[in-house]
Amino acid sequence: MAEQGINHGRRRFLTATTAVVGGVGGVFAAVPFIKAWQPSARAQTAGAPVIADISKLEVGARVIKMWRGQPVWIIRRTSDVVEALSALDGRLKDAESDNLDQQPDYARNETRSRKPDIAVMVGICTHLGCSPTFVPEMLPQAFDSEWNGGFYCPCHNSRFDMAGRVYKNVPAPDNLRIPPYFFIDDNTILIGLDADPKAA
Amino acid sequence: MSTNIINRVIGSANDWMQERAPGLSQWWDRHAAKYYAPKNFNFWYFFGSLALLMFVNQILTGIWLTMNFKPSAAEAFDSVEYIMRDVEWGWLIRYMHSTGASAFFIVVYLHMFRGLIYGSYQKPRELVWTLGVVIFLALMAEAFFGYVLPWGQMSYWGAQVITSLFSAVPVIGPDLVEFIRGDYLISDVTLNRFFALHVIAVPFVLAGLIYLHLMALHEVGSNNPDGVDIKKVKDKATGIPKDGIAFHPYYTVKDLFGTSFFLMIFAFIIFFEPSVGGWFLEHDNFSPANSMVTPQHIKPVWYFTPYYAMLRAIPDKLLGVIVMGAATLIFFAVPWLDRSKVKSIRYRGPITKIMLTLFVISFCVLGWLGAQSGSDTQKLVAQVLTFFYFSFFFTMPIWTAVDKTKPVPERVTFDH
Amino acid sequence: MKKLIALVFTLVASLAQASGDAGIKIHSSGADLSDQASLQRGAALFMNYCMGCHSLKYLRYSRMAADLGLTEAQVMSSMNFTDIKFGEAMTVAMKPADGEKWIGKAPPDLSLTARVRGSADWIYTYLKSFYRDPSRPLGWNNTLFPAASMPNVLWELQGVQSAVFDAPHGGQAGAAPVFSHFEPVQPGRLNAEEYDQVARDISNFLQYAAEPAGLEAPANRRLGVGFPRGADLAHLVAEA
Repeated sequence: MAEQGINHGRRRFLTATTAVVGGVGGVFAAVPFIKAWQPSARAQTAGAPVIADISKLEVGARVIKMWRGQPVWIIRRTSDVVEALSALDGRLKDAESDNLDQQPDYARNETRSRKPDIAVMVGICTHLGCSPTFVPEMLPQAFDSEWNGGFYCPCHNSRFDMAGRVYKNVPAPDNLRIPPYFFIDDNTILIGLDADPKAA
Repeated sequence: MSTNIINRVIGSANDWMQERAPGLSQWWDRHAAKYYAPKNFNFWYFFGSLALLMFVNQILTGIWLTMNFKPSAAEAFDSVEYIMRDVEWGWLIRYMHSTGASAFFIVVYLHMFRGLIYGSYQKPRELVWTLGVVIFLALMAEAFFGYVLPWGQMSYWGAQVITSLFSAVPVIGPDLVEFIRGDYLISDVTLNRFFALHVIAVPFVLAGLIYLHLMALHEVGSNNPDGVDIKKVKDKATGIPKDGIAFHPYYTVKDLFGTSFFLMIFAFIIFFEPSVGGWFLEHDNFSPANSMVTPQHIKPVWYFTPYYAMLRAIPDKLLGVIVMGAATLIFFAVPWLDRSKVKSIRYRGPITKIMLTLFVISFCVLGWLGAQSGSDTQKLVAQVLTFFYFSFFFTMPIWTAVDKTKPVPERVTFDH
Repeated sequence: MKKLIALVFTLVASLAQASGDAGIKIHSSGADLSDQASLQRGAALFMNYCMGCHSLKYLRYSRMAADLGLTEAQVMSSMNFTDIKFGEAMTVAMKPADGEKWIGKAPPDLSLTARVRGSADWIYTYLKSFYRDPSRPLGWNNTLFPAASMPNVLWELQGVQSAVFDAPHGGQAGAAPVFSHFEPVQPGRLNAEEYDQVARDISNFLQYAAEPAGLEAPANRRLGVGFPRGADLAHLVAEA
């Protein structure tokens, strides 16, 4: 047997084809293992719209609704707060809401809302996902001596104004996200859709 | 007469094994009975074996905890309280595990510090050190996954913050975060997969890495507080290093002494102050996870706070994440950053001693700052210390090269 | 060298103080897990005054009886006012939604409150910090936990007090006023010392409820083993 010699060409061919076929097989075999980490069908269907009744929401107060497992804040801003918004522009990173991913078109305005007094936003910091604290008082705070009311994130000290716009020199890169929403009537908001699909 | 019988049984069992697995006794000799370690190991050399001890402790108590823990968002928190209250001695096993995690990190940090002061990463031990850093990274992942499991407020928001770090990756960031969480937010799915990673995947990887770390060490032999190569002076007749001593029984017994001393302290903490005033087990983690409210003072456990302080000191998301990652990965480069002719701090000059001292202080103060709420002054201090932390490494080739050195003796010394 | 270390610790401690919120001082409760009589009184007070709303869903009646040296008969006749069996946990009948409707917020389970707050001292201080505030829905407020939904259920024992606030520091317009002291409005059935004991007993009991296994090492409290703060360390090093 040993005298027959070794056919190196055949060996190389076999080694190479085994490696290639095995490699391709390995890649295909990895697919289910990686795909299994994606959100499952159950997770995907959990994103249904929610309806919020704001008839009892007092001026200056906030209610929190859960949408897709995230807190969505609805705030009835005082007229003082709405008027003070534009004064802050110089201290903000994206005062004009130029990052179009962070709000629907109808919320790309001074107050980042459909109605000036009613603010609707996702209460998740754009830095690392904590839920910022609501500090509506327009009073000096430990974290900001010229505080004009807004949100303060306890995790990494990011700050947002009452329209969810992010301050300069904080770790959060973007304004708070505005979810798609519309008013069913004056006191009812639907969060999760841009408009009533039946009306369209 | 009865001892005679026992001896005969053991003897024949030994022969039986010897015939079937002759490599086994060779393995034992190579790594224990005829592994010659330097005679001058001091106090610092306990921490390697203690780290192994803590690994075993975590595995053992961990297996017992999985017998009662429920890895689901609805039940996890309750099942931990069930272990703490209804399972006999469950509280002790849980505390051995939770306090053990902190003790593991204390031991590992001291073990790493030992490597730094005695130059244990220098040629030819670069591989030993590099494997050690990989273990350190795996250990951090393991600790993070484990911290999520009790499903308290800190578990939840800690997971939220750490997984969100990946959203800083350009382009694929947001998809990557979704992929890691398996959902659009931290949920039952996330908890369940972190459980799988914590109890199976990472422990397996850790066990393999620890084995490789030890094998790599035994290839080149142990360093010592003098940084002397004991293989240079060997007994001519036997070929055994004159400054070497068989690991077994000498160091196994010595480590047993260290172990008993360590276990006394460990037991004292477990019995009298298992949460160490909120440093080992955070107060907020006794509230069940609530995705609507972030706790007022959110911070990681102490062993992550130095890196957390660095993350917080940088007012830019991507840069902050890069700095934090670099702060851990930079340990890989140490063997190639050190340009000193000598290994041990004993024969190095004042610059090295000052730099190392400052490094330890800045690391500890960063750790403390990372646990605070973060005022502007603290942020400034954290920025200065972060700068120093990196300067320590980046300027290492300079100060190690210019620092004065003392002549290293031929043989190990004992008078220190 | 010692002076240097002491200096460093003092610096660190002052840095810590500067960062801490200038909130309400937490009083030392003197709660002692080895004081079984106090735990028994605390348990009885809790069952009478707190369990109408607050559950202890991780604590079983039977466990409490065994740990506090009470018999099944004692517990079932004078402490358990519900239909819950001896071996079961201390849940309440009130549904969270009802609590929200009646009080504004569902009363939380208190099993782990002592651990969430770090110690019995917080509970002790909380129980002593209620004051009359007509602006609140139920007429009560709390200096330690401003705008708390809970009324002072112990007012018959403690009496009614009002809070006196000073002008804010630095005279900043609009800044929050600073709490100064309480003034008694109407006396209760107990004097101040007796009421302190009531607060101490309840917080001691809740400390126990938060970690029943902690009873097995009550020396913990007696030895006063606790993690030292920065200021303590500075003091220690300076003494050495």
